[in-house]
Amino acid sequence: MTDIHPTTEPVRRRTPAYWLGLAFVRLGVLPFLLVAAVIIFALMSDNFLTGRNLMNVVRQSAYLTLVAMGQMFALLTGGFDLSVGTIVAVTSVVGASAMAAAYAAMPDAIALSILIGIIAGILAGSSIGIVNGIGVAVFGVSPFMMTLGVASIGFGIALFMTGGVPVYGMPIEFSDAFGFGDTLGLPTPVLATILLIAALYIVVSWTRLGRHFYAVGGNIKAAALSGIDTRVTLFYAYLLCGGMAAVAGMLLTARLDTGEANIGAAMPLESIAACVIAGVSLRGGVGRVENVVLGALFIGLVQNGMNLAQINSYLQTVVIGVLLIFAVVADQFRLRYMANLQD
Amino acid sequence: MDTSVTGENGAPASGVPTLLKLEKVSKRFPGVLALDEVDFELRSGEVHVLFGENGAGKSTLISMVAGAYEPTAGTIRFRGAPVDLNSVHHARSLGISAVFQEFSLVPQLTVAQNLFLGAEETRNGLLDKRAMRLHAEEILERLGFPLRAGQQVGRLSRAEQQMVEIAKAFRSDLSVLILDEPTASLTERETDRLFELIEQAKKDGVGIIYITHRISEIRRIGDRITVLRDGRYIDTVDAKTASEGDLVRLMTGRVIDQIFPTMTYDPGEVMLEVEHLTTAAGDVRDVSINLRRGEIVGIAGLVGSGKSEIARACYGIEPIAAGRIVFDGAETTGLKPRRMLERGFFYNPPDRRAEGLVMMRSVRENISLPSLDLADFARGVFLRRKSEAQKTRELAERLNLQPPRIEREVDHFSGGNQQKVLLAKCLTRDVKLFVFDEPTVGVDVGTRVAIYEFMRDLCAAGAAVLLISSDLPEILHLTRRAYVMYRGNLKAELVGDEITQETVLGHFFEREAA
Repeated sequence: MTDIHPTTEPVRRRTPAYWLGLAFVRLGVLPFLLVAAVIIFALMSDNFLTGRNLMNVVRQSAYLTLVAMGQMFALLTGGFDLSVGTIVAVTSVVGASAMAAAYAAMPDAIALSILIGIIAGILAGSSIGIVNGIGVAVFGVSPFMMTLGVASIGFGIALFMTGGVPVYGMPIEFSDAFGFGDTLGLPTPVLATILLIAALYIVVSWTRLGRHFYAVGGNIKAAALSGIDTRVTLFYAYLLCGGMAAVAGMLLTARLDTGEANIGAAMPLESIAACVIAGVSLRGGVGRVENVVLGALFIGLVQNGMNLAQINSYLQTVVIGVLLIFAVVADQFRLRYMANLQD
Repeated sequence: MDTSVTGENGAPASGVPTLLKLEKVSKRFPGVLALDEVDFELRSGEVHVLFGENGAGKSTLISMVAGAYEPTAGTIRFRGAPVDLNSVHHARSLGISAVFQEFSLVPQLTVAQNLFLGAEETRNGLLDKRAMRLHAEEILERLGFPLRAGQQVGRLSRAEQQMVEIAKAFRSDLSVLILDEPTASLTERETDRLFELIEQAKKDGVGIIYITHRISEIRRIGDRITVLRDGRYIDTVDAKTASEGDLVRLMTGRVIDQIFPTMTYDPGEVMLEVEHLTTAAGDVRDVSINLRRGEIVGIAGLVGSGKSEIARACYGIEPIAAGRIVFDGAETTGLKPRRMLERGFFYNPPDRRAEGLVMMRSVRENISLPSLDLADFARGVFLRRKSEAQKTRELAERLNLQPPRIEREVDHFSGGNQQKVLLAKCLTRDVKLFVFDEPTVGVDVGTRVAIYEFMRDLCAAGAAVLLISSDLPEILHLTRRAYVMYRGNLKAELVGDEITQETVLGHFFEREAA
């Protein structure tokens, strides 16, 4: 009768399982996946946990990070963008063609040619974002159909322009500076990505526009009744998404030293996967830039680890798909668990 | 025990079998105890009215009986034996059918397809469409509903859809019928027909659980009334003898004077003038109203009468076909919500979940949403998050948000506290005219009193308040001037003593020469 049960409330609350559960609810599934991936790959390959390899992961993940952050805007507003791969391709083809043409016309003005190429590429890519934005925001086409249709149109144009052949003829300095070079001690694409992460974090968390994305995605009617122009907000989401994919496309072009219509095919899946694994809600209204960066890094890490462990590249695609579905299922559990904790 | 209850409440003759019995049933949702040890008993051949305010737990109770929710604690007995009603399907197999306010119809399918949804008739493993069609025609004819089996449900009016729902309940053998405000969208003739059906069902020994707010309906068809308040069982009384005052007292736990504060009435200059307004959708036709500073004006009417659409058209979210709107001395016809907010017009929508709040975001973000253009919350395009947190915390305290945690998601608060967040939104900026569209739906009595006092204070401070409500007592006790809408037309303007239950209700329905 005087026995004190070991399962009284305060004692149970302090168990490691409780803290793990709380961390799961607070942080989502991603931190657990990251830790698991690092342990598994470190065991499978000695080269994995070296400074050089980890820098490699960061560099390889930069492109996906950029696209995934853009994708996050579309997801925040309750839509998504299936045309990010096409945007990367069109940017690459248009940018490379313009740069090569400018360089051929004025072989002495290298910097100017590079600038012309970059501007042309990013404008081309962003204009696809504008088309998406107009379709979704003004005409009310569902994001699924709009971006799927635009993906087909853009890909067709990119193939038509190049005849399916890579575009050569850009000055070697472009690739040296933006593909392989270092700036301020960091690989240029990594530095560019870091700057854009900071910029987008500010946009999302510290500006009115960022708040509007959350409100429109969370409840578009409540947003409209609160005086928010929902069309403009939706338009900006797709414009920003297109813009980020275009920057990634230009940086990839520098890395490959050619303009190609076939790059970016895996981008729609991988960018949405990075966001969802990072806890961005497919229903809109929930998501954070920091987590999306981690999500993209995680996918890069898994791909890198699987390469080191010499896993067949076809099987790697299988693993990414499995991880994506696992993350969504885990999130469902998290919501249910959270509801229980609220009691 | 049964006999003593029977005698006390004057229920049907003793010996009538108990169909359904709920014993100390509780239901807990995340963060809310919706039902707290409620007892309820339904006999064969009686109409048992469930009475209580929005949020009292009526819907939760009938959802459990219908198999949609499982109780957290307590027992449900059906014909004496404990049952575990774990699905709607299971409940229906016992003859328990419900007609909810929210229709469970698939708009793309036909009447017949909806009637047999989940219980399709087959022959050799394939759908027997002919048999279902004939069977559906037969049911509709027996019930006397002017519908055809092949009509697409999405094209039917609300009243006709209601009939399909009712027909669904009468499709199979009934033992318990649950009706949740079934007459809300029916005309008088359709209502009469429904009551005939109920009488017939009573004679067949069916037990009927009936939810309504209308005293006249309780008198007409009710046998016993069980009153719920804040999720608790209060009392069961005889429907024929209980007075309206008794019911209000049981329902609210207070006498009327304690619920409704005394309103000041000091009208100033005209704030809003609506002239011959007709909306593009035709929900409002040629309506003219006006509103002054320092007065609360009501708009009463049933669902679909166009009472909300008047305010929504003024706020720029309902396209206008004809007419003029003058707000604060300037014409504002067709201006968007942003411009109306800047001029000091604030519209509080009726359904906080659908239109009012961003449920998965924090209280802070929700409160500041309409005013991110103001210096309190943003400088240029950049947010001032510290100032935002401080300002929203002040408002949350002022409205007594419980718990006072502004970083918590709105979804995790109770209905009454969510309503407070909605109200806090309109205190973030200078507002000259407040529109409250059904402000007390789904909130407890305490919050209701707080909301009324909130409106009184706004009005006393010189603001104009437009109260749109289908809750009659609200209109009766809070306003000195009220408009009544009926099917898109302005039916009447009532002033002072003219605002009585009889006159307002008289204008609600299709009565000639009220």
